[in-house]
Amino acid sequence: MAVADAGRISSPRDRWYNNPTVRSIAVQIILIVAVVGTIAWFANNTVTNLRERGIASGFDFLGKRAGFDMTTFLNTNSESTYGYMLLAGLVDTIIVAILAIAIATVLGLVVGIARLSSNWLIRTIATVYVEFFRNIPPLIVILFWYLGVLATLPNIRDAIQIGPDFSLSNRGIFMPRPVLGPNFHIVIIAFVLSLVIAWAVRRWAHARRMATGQGFPSGWVGLGIVVVLTGGVFLATGDPLTFELPVKTRFNIVGGWTVTPEFASLFLALGVYTASFIAEIVRSGIMAVSQGQTEAARALGLRDGLVLRLVVLPQALRVIIPPLASEYLNITKNTSLAVAVGYADLVAVGNNVLNPTGQSIEVVAVWMAFYLGLSIIISLAMNWFNARIALTER
Amino acid sequence: MKKLLVSFAIAATLGLGASAAYAGTLDDVKAKGFVQCGVNTGLPGFGNPDASGKYTGFDVDYCRAVAAAIFGDPDKVKYTPLDGTERFPALQSGEIDLLVRNTTWTMSRDTTLGFTFAGVNYYDGEGFMVHKSLGVAHVDELKGATICVQGGTDTVTGLADYFKKKGLEYTPLVIDKLADVNAAYEAGRCDALTTDRSGLAANRLQMKNPDDHIILPEVISQEPLGPVVRNNDVQWFQVVKWVSNALLDAEYLGITQANVDDMLKSEDSAVQRFLGVGDNNFGKSIGLDAKWAYNIVKALGNYGEVYDRNLGPKTPLGLERGVNAQWNNGGIQYGMPIL
Repeated sequence: MAVADAGRISSPRDRWYNNPTVRSIAVQIILIVAVVGTIAWFANNTVTNLRERGIASGFDFLGKRAGFDMTTFLNTNSESTYGYMLLAGLVDTIIVAILAIAIATVLGLVVGIARLSSNWLIRTIATVYVEFFRNIPPLIVILFWYLGVLATLPNIRDAIQIGPDFSLSNRGIFMPRPVLGPNFHIVIIAFVLSLVIAWAVRRWAHARRMATGQGFPSGWVGLGIVVVLTGGVFLATGDPLTFELPVKTRFNIVGGWTVTPEFASLFLALGVYTASFIAEIVRSGIMAVSQGQTEAARALGLRDGLVLRLVVLPQALRVIIPPLASEYLNITKNTSLAVAVGYADLVAVGNNVLNPTGQSIEVVAVWMAFYLGLSIIISLAMNWFNARIALTER
Repeated sequence: MKKLLVSFAIAATLGLGASAAYAGTLDDVKAKGFVQCGVNTGLPGFGNPDASGKYTGFDVDYCRAVAAAIFGDPDKVKYTPLDGTERFPALQSGEIDLLVRNTTWTMSRDTTLGFTFAGVNYYDGEGFMVHKSLGVAHVDELKGATICVQGGTDTVTGLADYFKKKGLEYTPLVIDKLADVNAAYEAGRCDALTTDRSGLAANRLQMKNPDDHIILPEVISQEPLGPVVRNNDVQWFQVVKWVSNALLDAEYLGITQANVDDMLKSEDSAVQRFLGVGDNNFGKSIGLDAKWAYNIVKALGNYGEVYDRNLGPKTPLGLERGVNAQWNNGGIQYGMPIL
C-alpha cells in the first residue's frame, strides 16, 4: 500500500488541492483570516463610530492628571495620573486578594479536616460552617461583615480601647505602626542567617535519621536558633525598631496603622466565603486517599497527626490543587465586589476614571487586561506547583 | 454588573452599527410610543420612586414634559434608574433617549462624551453636610476629617480641588451607590457628606433624624444641572432644548396649569405663539404639533409650578428659588423666546 503503483497515472488524489496537508493549511489560513478580519471589522467600526460621535478614544487619558482623591494603599492624590490611579487600584486588588487567599486556604484546610473529625461536635460545627457560607452569595457576606458587624462598632469618639494604643471603632482598627531604625537591616541579615542554619540542621537531622534511624527534634532546635540569634542581634543593635502611635485628633485617629472597615469586610468576607469551598475540596481530597493508606500508616506505628501530615495530605494534595486554583481565581475576581463597600479596588477606581474621561471602552479594556493578567499569573503558579507535587512514578 | 453590561452594550452598538450617521431619535420615540428617560436611582425631589414604584421629582417632570410635548400625554415615559457611573454609558449606547439625572454641565462632558446639554434646569453648587454634634460651622474647619462622596460624579473632583486649594488634609471615602454613601455617613463612618446642595437637602430628609445634621453655608463649586442628549441628533436636541425653554417661557408669560385654557383666548401675541393659537405653529419646526407647548403646561404647569411642586418651600426639601428664580425676579433662569 505504501509503495506507489509505478504504472498508475495521476489519480484525483494526487492533485494538489486534494492533498490533505495543503487542505488543512488552507482551512487554517481561512479561519485565521476570518477571525482577524471580524475583529478588525469590529475595531474599525468602533473607532469610526466613536470619532463620528465626537467621543474621545485612545489611551492618552492614562497620562493625564486625575483630579480626584481616593484612599488607596499606594500614595495617590489628585495630582496623580489616571494611569497611576488605576495602578493603585490594581495594587489594592492584589493586596486584598493575596490576604484573602491566605486566610481562605488556612481556614479551608482546618475546616476541611474538621469535617472528617471523629469528634461529633467539631464535625458538626465544620459542616454548619460550610453549609452556611457556601450557600450565601459573596456580596451578602461582604455586606454582612460591613453593615452587620463592622458598622455596628462604636463611633470613633467612643472607640473601644484595647490597651493604650489599639482601638476599635466604625472607622476601623487603629494600631501602632513599626518604624524601622537605621540598623534594622542587621536584624534582617541575622534572621535570614538563622533560617539558613535552621535549614542546615534539618537537613543534617534528616540525613542522620535516614542513616541511623535516630530522631532529632530539628523543629524545636531550628526555632530556638532563629529566636535566639535574631532576638540577640535585635537587642544588641540597640533599639532598631520604634513605633508610631495613633493619635486622636478632632475628627479622626491619625498615624499608626489603620485597617479600614471597607478592607476588613472584603477580606473577611472573601476569606470565610471561599474557605467553605476550599474545605469541601480538602475533604474530597482526603477522602480520595484510600483508607488502606491510613491503616497501613497506623500499622507502622505513626500517630494520627503524622499519618495526616506524612501520608494522607501529600497524596490528597494531588486531588486538591487543581480545583484549589479555581478558588484562588474566584477570590481574585470576587474582589471586584469591593464597589459595594467603597474599597478602592481596580473596578472602583476605574469607575471614577470612567466618569470624567467618559472612555468606557478603554477602561473596560484595562479592567479585562488586568484581571486576565492576574488570573494567568495565578494559573501558571498553581500549574507549576501542581507539576511539582505530581506523583513521581518509579 | 449593570455598568459592565452597559459598557459592553456600547462596545456592541459602536462595533456593530456600520458607520451611518445615526439620527431620528424623535421618529424612534414616536414609533415606540414612549420616551426612555434616565433618572436618579433615588434622590427625593429630583428623581425618586414612591411607595408604588412610580417615579416623581423635578427631573422626572422634565422627562414627562418631553413626553407631553410629543404625545400630549406626560405618562408616556419609561424610566431607567441610573447611578453616577452608569448614566453616561447608558446614554452613549442608546439605552436611553434622554438623561435628566441632576447632571452637571461641564466642558469635558459637553465635548468628549458625545453629548450635548439641552439647558440648565437647576443652578446648583457643591456643599457639605455634617453631624451637628461635631460643632462644625464652616467647611474650612473640616481639616483631617473623613468625607463621604459618591463615586463617578464631578463632586469627587470638586472636593479634591477645594481641599487642595485650601491646603487641607482629608480622608475621602468614595462609594458608588448614593444610598450606601448616605448610610456610611449616617453611621458615623464619615464626619461629613458632600454633594450638590439640592442633593444634600434631599439626603438630609432621608436620615433617621434630619435635625442631627446641618448643611454648611459654603458653596464650593458651580453645578449647573440639566438634561443631556447625544450630540449626533440635532432634531432631538432641539426638542429637548425647546421643552426646557417652554417651561421657563410659560412662567415668564404667566401661563399656568390652571389658566392655560383661558390663556387660549389671550390677545397677547407672545402667548398666542406659545400656545399655537391661530396660524402659529412653532411645533412644526421641531417635528411636533402646534399644541406642543400647550400640552406641556396643561400636563405639568410652568417651570415655577414644577419647581414648587417638587423642591419649593412647601415641600419637605424646602428649597427657596434663589438663583433659580426668573431673571426678572432676582434669579438667572431665562427662557429663550418662542418667536
